[in-house]
Amino acid sequence: MLTLTSPVETRLHRLPAGLKLGALALAAVALAPLEGLPALGAALAGTLALYAAQGLEFARHGLRMLRPLWPFLLILALWHGWTGEIERGAGIGVKLLIAVALANLVTMTTRLDAMIAVLERLARPLRRLGLEPHLLAVSIALVIRFTPVLLARAERLIEAWRARSARRPTWRIVVPLALGALDDAEQVAEALRARGGL
Amino acid sequence: MERNVAYVALFAALIAVLGLVPQITLMSGVPITAQSLGVMLCGAVLGARKGALAVLLFLVLVFLGLPLLSGGRGGIGVLAGPTAGFVVGFPVAAFVTGLVVEKWRAPVTWSALAGSILGGIVVLYGFGVVGMAWKLGKTLPEAALLLTPFLAGDLIKAVAAALVTRGLEQVRPWMVLSRA
Repeated sequence: MLTLTSPVETRLHRLPAGLKLGALALAAVALAPLEGLPALGAALAGTLALYAAQGLEFARHGLRMLRPLWPFLLILALWHGWTGEIERGAGIGVKLLIAVALANLVTMTTRLDAMIAVLERLARPLRRLGLEPHLLAVSIALVIRFTPVLLARAERLIEAWRARSARRPTWRIVVPLALGALDDAEQVAEALRARGGL
Repeated sequence: MERNVAYVALFAALIAVLGLVPQITLMSGVPITAQSLGVMLCGAVLGARKGALAVLLFLVLVFLGLPLLSGGRGGIGVLAGPTAGFVVGFPVAAFVTGLVVEKWRAPVTWSALAGSILGGIVVLYGFGVVGMAWKLGKTLPEAALLLTPFLAGDLIKAVAAALVTRGLEQVRPWMVLSRA
């Protein structure tokens, strides 16, 4: 399964994941109280420079990652265009863009295994609450393994539906899909037990 | 223990798949992602605790950087975005849905419907409205207004969750852990 880590190797890829996450947390705290277009404009310029410094291809990839935000920016534009507080609306939109762009930067420059290592370190204190680290590791591996399996099965179910009906698939397709997931779960449980259990 | 881990993991994968398959239409012609249907199902089928754990596991993978959230979104950026409230509310929604199905021993269709509406709509929208009000700089009623267009779709999803849960209970009653 593809992750959101950028295939374009940058200098940021080599920084430790914990450091990047810490820096992101600090940046989020610093960003929260920022007001006024000059300050927010400077923060936006800094964020853009951070992307641009990683090369054009990386920056373009980063821009694509921001695409899900456009409906919200459109709402802000319409809303504040209507009420006339354009500067306030622009400030909110810019702040949103910076916050998401900075977080995406960490995601794009950190490999999945490095992220999992940080998670395992963070989850260690949860041991006292009964969450064993190896259970978390097994669960993550199972989801990564079975998501493509279930997705392929969902596509086959949709194809079969289309072969039978001119109408588009409805929620009914979820029943066999969930049933398959339940049956898989029973088999996985048995396989885990057969290998000595967790 | 093995059984619990397997159920939680497979349902986390199911939430992901329901967000990735766009072709499902919940009502004639309106394609909406069925990800919150997955959240409701987790609670209704697995029960409060395991349902919430499945959703948490799904979110862990999203935060780690897998593009599993509807529309192929993922990474910690989703916590900085305007829909962060919904993401935070997902596990709570599954928990409440599961709690209703466990406690209210009516036929599973009805308790799953009530649970899905209470958890997957009332509770989830509560979180979603707060998150959106905060991120978009709006008051709570204004943010609620922005979300009303999605209410009809989510009501249909709650009905679908109830009917799917009943379907599963008919064929594999011992696998519907919220009632087993």
